[in-house]
Amino acid sequence: MELAAQVTDLQKHYDLGSVVVKALRGVSIDFPKGDFVAIMGSSGSGKSTLLNLLGALDRPTFGEYTIGGIPVSTISDDDLSAIRNEMIGFIFQSYNLIPQYTVVENIEVPLHYRKGYPPISAADKQHIEHLAEMVGLGDRLDHRPYQLSGGQQQRVAIARALVNDPQIILADEPTGNLDSTTEAEIMEMLCRLNAEGRTIIMVTHENSVASLAKRQIFMKDGVVAGEGLFPGKAHA
Amino acid sequence: MPNLLRTIQLAMKSLLLHKLRSGLTMLGIVFGVFSVIAMLAIGRGASEQAQAQVLKLGATNIIIRSDKPPKESAVNSGGGSVLRYGLLRKDFDLLEKTVPTISQAIPIREMNKAARHRDREVTARIVGGTADYTAINDLHMAQGRFLSDEDRRQKKNVCVLASGTADELFQYENPVGQSVKIADRYYAIVGVTMPRQASAAIGGSMSGQNYDLDIYIPLETMRVRMGDLNIDQSPGSFSAEYWELSQITLRVTSQDLVLQTANVIRETMKQNHKNDGDYSIVVPLELLKQAEQIRVIFNVVLGSIAAISLLVGGIGIMNIMLATVTERTREIGIRRALGAKRHDITVQFLTETIVLAGTGGLIGIGLGLATPWAFALIRAIVQRLNVAGGQSASEFSQMFAEMNPTPVPASLPLAFFISVGIGVIFGMYPALAAARLDPIEALRHE
Ligand SMILES: Nc1ncnc2c1ncn2[C@@H]1O[C@H](COP(=O)(O)OP(=O)(O)OP(=O)(O)O)[C@@H](O)[C@H]1O
Ligand SMILES: [Mg+2]
Repeated sequence: MELAAQVTDLQKHYDLGSVVVKALRGVSIDFPKGDFVAIMGSSGSGKSTLLNLLGALDRPTFGEYTIGGIPVSTISDDDLSAIRNEMIGFIFQSYNLIPQYTVVENIEVPLHYRKGYPPISAADKQHIEHLAEMVGLGDRLDHRPYQLSGGQQQRVAIARALVNDPQIILADEPTGNLDSTTEAEIMEMLCRLNAEGRTIIMVTHENSVASLAKRQIFMKDGVVAGEGLFPGKAHA
Repeated sequence: MPNLLRTIQLAMKSLLLHKLRSGLTMLGIVFGVFSVIAMLAIGRGASEQAQAQVLKLGATNIIIRSDKPPKESAVNSGGGSVLRYGLLRKDFDLLEKTVPTISQAIPIREMNKAARHRDREVTARIVGGTADYTAINDLHMAQGRFLSDEDRRQKKNVCVLASGTADELFQYENPVGQSVKIADRYYAIVGVTMPRQASAAIGGSMSGQNYDLDIYIPLETMRVRMGDLNIDQSPGSFSAEYWELSQITLRVTSQDLVLQTANVIRETMKQNHKNDGDYSIVVPLELLKQAEQIRVIFNVVLGSIAAISLLVGGIGIMNIMLATVTERTREIGIRRALGAKRHDITVQFLTETIVLAGTGGLIGIGLGLATPWAFALIRAIVQRLNVAGGQSASEFSQMFAEMNPTPVPASLPLAFFISVGIGVIFGMYPALAAARLDPIEALRHE
């Protein structure tokens, strides 16, 4: 089985001087290609920390992990940037669009950091418009984030995450700020992307959202506490 | 290296987002660059003006002119109601005899009088001169001849008309052979000069008048016919002035000896004059030195303004950029998450600073090109103050009055590169600070 990502005994410690916070205390998970994982667990259990490591935004204190077969723990900062740019698409709870940019410009941002810095071509422009249409914002290309609703902003973020055609999509509570109707729209979009073969790793607090994933991983105090479909509910 | 043009476009876009802030931030650079250009322009103006002056007056000449003292001192001058002042024949003789480095000494005396021919009359400047006068003034004859030594010796009643005088009095007639009446005496016209070219007034009079209405008569003739006393009797007022010579032009044997000779002359002149209020000595070569002084003064003043403005401007830019980096921490986090390398962030913010500073530089250059007008304005103000403060016709202020600053072409790219350099120097720290931010913390910012 080909793996999109793999973490092995991953640890992340934050040294705060007086105390050392162990956000991850030995996490091992395999993420096969085409997986759709929901990471759940109480606040402070280390979900975001794990996701940031998977997104090559951070380095572990101990342990190994690979993204698309590349061992990432020890590579240079520039190489981490390249991996983020080429292999990973991020979706954040708070959308994280650049406020002064239009929809098109926001979607375009990852293209500026491509390897070798090729200029934005006409094909790129078309691709961007296509993505915007795909997320239902074909008529909003020149709008700025403040002119869009939360759901629309998150759709821009999804289009942006897709612009470099990454294998893995990482989403940290993507529907955390949205109402249930919009949440359903966004989740439908993620399911569609997964159906196209992309690996999706998503952090969520909501069972309804988690239930749409192929599997669920529960975290507690920096370790994986369990896996499977709603074990808590299964007992209920 | 990301696409340069695009990076610059991006930078401009960010800067235009805060127009007022960007504009205010640029001010220091604007004034700094302006000062640099103005400094060089004024320096060039001063030296060009000095060179032109020297050329006009002759590098080997030393010119001594009579100065009419202000009215109040008339009482002290001992002549009752007669104002006595200026150069004496004694001065001339003394200089000619005792200063060995002088090759030629030419005295003239000037006064304004009415000249008539039949029913036509003009107020002409009557110049008592010598045969050398044409040579030292680069004056050429249109017809007839100039005054000769013989005319002087015999104190003949002859005269030479300047072209303007000839036109005024004789129109289409030929003046040579006819005569003009000056102060009740007739003078036979022996020649007419060509018009003077303005720039060809080599060794010329410093009085700055219109030379075209001159009438030249032998110096000795002027003395016996008109005397040294000039009485001006207009209705209701009476004034008398006594002066022997208006100007002595001295030619020094070689240019190396001019400054030295000038000092000797200054000492020599003291013998017959208790104070130096009634004459002035102009040494064209010294104007070069004065120009150098002016240049140094302006360089120090404007150089300090430039240095301080650029420094303060640079610090202002750095300050704003640090604030910008803090303000846009989130954006930096987003860009990093989307694949920007530290280097990309450095380039982005450094470009913004450089564009900011460079724009300030361009505006400063624009203002710098307006230096001549700005200078004229300052001069007008200074002159108004000077007039209010009484007489202060020092040679410095005269130079100041006649100077024309011209922007030096090479200073424009220089100024631009200075402003870009400021951008690089003061933008480096904020840009590196931005690049150093941890992506996760940046994303979590506020
Ligand atoms: N930069 C940091 N410095 C110190 N401690 C940190 C840092 N980042 C995270 N932690 C700690 O690590 C632990 C795990 O944090 P993490 O953000 O991964 O939790 P989470 O599971 O995502 O919680 P939530 O559901 O509230 O988002 C927490 O105790 C947190 O305080
Ligand atoms: Mg979290």
